[in-house]
Amino acid sequence: MDAEPPRRAALARILDPLAAPVAAGVATIVIFGLFVSLAGRNPLEVYRLMAVGAFGSWFSWQNTLLRASPLLLTGLCTALPAQMGLVIIGGEGAFVIGGLAAIAAGLPFADAGAPAFVVWIAMGIAGMAAGGALIATAGALRHWRGVNETISSLLLSSIAIAVMNQIVEGPMRDPASLNKPSTRPLPDADLIGNLPGMDVHWGLALGLIACVLAWLLMRRTTFGFAARIVGGNSRAARMAGLPVGMMMVIVTGLGGAAAGLGGMIEVAAVQGDANANIAAGYGLSGILVAFLARQHPLAIIPVAVLLGGISASDGLLQRRLDLPDAAVLVLQGILFVALLAGEGLPSWSEWKARMSR
Amino acid sequence: MNDASLGLWTVPIAVLGGAIRVSTPFLFVSLGELVTEKSGRINLGLEGTLIMGAMSGFGVAYLTGSPWLGVLAAGLVGVMFGALHAAICSLPRVNDIAVGIALMIFGIGLAFYLGKPLVQPKAPTLPALPLGFWSDIPQVRAALEVNALFIVGLVFTPILSWALANTRWGLIVRMVGDSSEAARALGYSPLWVRLYATCFGGFMAGVGGSFLSLYYPGSWSEGLSSGQGITAVALVIFARWNPLACFGASLLFGGAGALGPALQAVGVTSGTYLLNAAPYFLTLLILVFSSSSRRRVAGAPGELSVTK
Repeated sequence: MDAEPPRRAALARILDPLAAPVAAGVATIVIFGLFVSLAGRNPLEVYRLMAVGAFGSWFSWQNTLLRASPLLLTGLCTALPAQMGLVIIGGEGAFVIGGLAAIAAGLPFADAGAPAFVVWIAMGIAGMAAGGALIATAGALRHWRGVNETISSLLLSSIAIAVMNQIVEGPMRDPASLNKPSTRPLPDADLIGNLPGMDVHWGLALGLIACVLAWLLMRRTTFGFAARIVGGNSRAARMAGLPVGMMMVIVTGLGGAAAGLGGMIEVAAVQGDANANIAAGYGLSGILVAFLARQHPLAIIPVAVLLGGISASDGLLQRRLDLPDAAVLVLQGILFVALLAGEGLPSWSEWKARMSR
Repeated sequence: MNDASLGLWTVPIAVLGGAIRVSTPFLFVSLGELVTEKSGRINLGLEGTLIMGAMSGFGVAYLTGSPWLGVLAAGLVGVMFGALHAAICSLPRVNDIAVGIALMIFGIGLAFYLGKPLVQPKAPTLPALPLGFWSDIPQVRAALEVNALFIVGLVFTPILSWALANTRWGLIVRMVGDSSEAARALGYSPLWVRLYATCFGGFMAGVGGSFLSLYYPGSWSEGLSSGQGITAVALVIFARWNPLACFGASLLFGGAGALGPALQAVGVTSGTYLLNAAPYFLTLLILVFSSSSRRRVAGAPGELSVTK
């Protein structure tokens, strides 16, 4: 190992983390292919249609990006705390409560006739604060009370979704929303519009910026370095005098803020109001995105686009092959399971070391 | 007798009946998860297992005409999911929590996919015992119409409690859960014991799921589960890994879930969602007050990742 030339070592450094996801991807293609063949479909045709539905035309590309943009932000909700060794799965709740807080903060400004960008800033701050507070609670409980952050974030998320449903059906319900309880909608002028020349809203740009900022913070600042030390060995970090608790609250808070911003965008760009539809599973998919990206903030971008593409293609699969929409969930499930199983297999350099022993 | 003459009594009676009904899936999933966690592993994928159990139990009952065969099939599907979880977790460096989330997504997807043709038909439902025969008040009779699976769970709870404390198997499971080193030193393989314990947990979760599709609500649809599988995982922590407490906690969680509809029946309509979320809040409180940054949750298995 020591004698390895530096260039090959550098190559191994890039290839090593890719090996497991690529192997998982191949295994998934094979297993899901078998699955659809059992259902009487030609797997090659399924994959061809998926590619066409996801990336075949400008129209499908836009659909893919549209579905990828919330995943960029909910993925960060799991990936940022993961830098400190925390497994957070409450992104769904942060997304939902962020959306609710955003509309609650935005409506008064909109009613007062404030310019659209003021409404958006108010909504963004409220959404990020609510989502951040939710997930930061899990971080704080972990540090100061020793409560497992995975379970607490899950519980907090369920509570947040219940609070959203309660408020949307109760205090903030628009009497005009009869069949689908919703809050009052934002005026059309205050809806977030599309990126120039595209049918994709500005949420995509915000998501991309958030991923890049998260990467800069974690890989290019002293704070991020310290956070990753905590993730590696929290006892050593404490010995070194790092304020572990404060850092956990900040990083989990940032993760929750990302998901909360996602909820704000869902309300201000897609739904126009807050209703039960904002709990559509973006938070759950975000967990998958983060794990597939191996918790790397920049890797979230291609993974979110890939998963967005898979979900964008389900319309075509339903129309052409009569495959139920749940097929996409099955595919995601197989991919996630295969990826985790792949993590357990020896990496390339480990395998080589074992062989040469 | 009618509603008016019972007055406010309709609420507690309805809550009692509802608690028995709603608690049954909680009871099964949580007893299974309890054994899995006792062995030192947590399976968060039980939500997926529960929904798979509901779908497959319904399908088999529909095809064979026997609800009990449906229950059995649901349990066996649960065993398969448990085995898959345990197999992946036995690889090095694999996080049991992440595997659980993955299997949750997979199970839900697979159940929705395979369950598409089952949305329309009717399957035979599980029997219930009319324990309210002594009363001539229809509400009491309805509330004490106790389903057979609840009674199975009621009988099984003390047996499991006794078996965990006194039998050789119970001892092995607890030992593996408290110290896999000690178990290995005595010649027991923690991975195999956890495999069995996770399969048992899967079986129970599958059976719990079959209750949803074969008794209440008694049909298959994609909105069947409202997160009972996830709640049951929290419930085990709430019950501090004690089967008898699991039974009580299931009834409590079930009662909280039943309170909303019962209040709705007498005209109180607000707060349903918050009532449904009360168990999560209670569990969180329990965790906050029973944990500390210096010691683990009292009663927790030593090897359990979520309480380390």
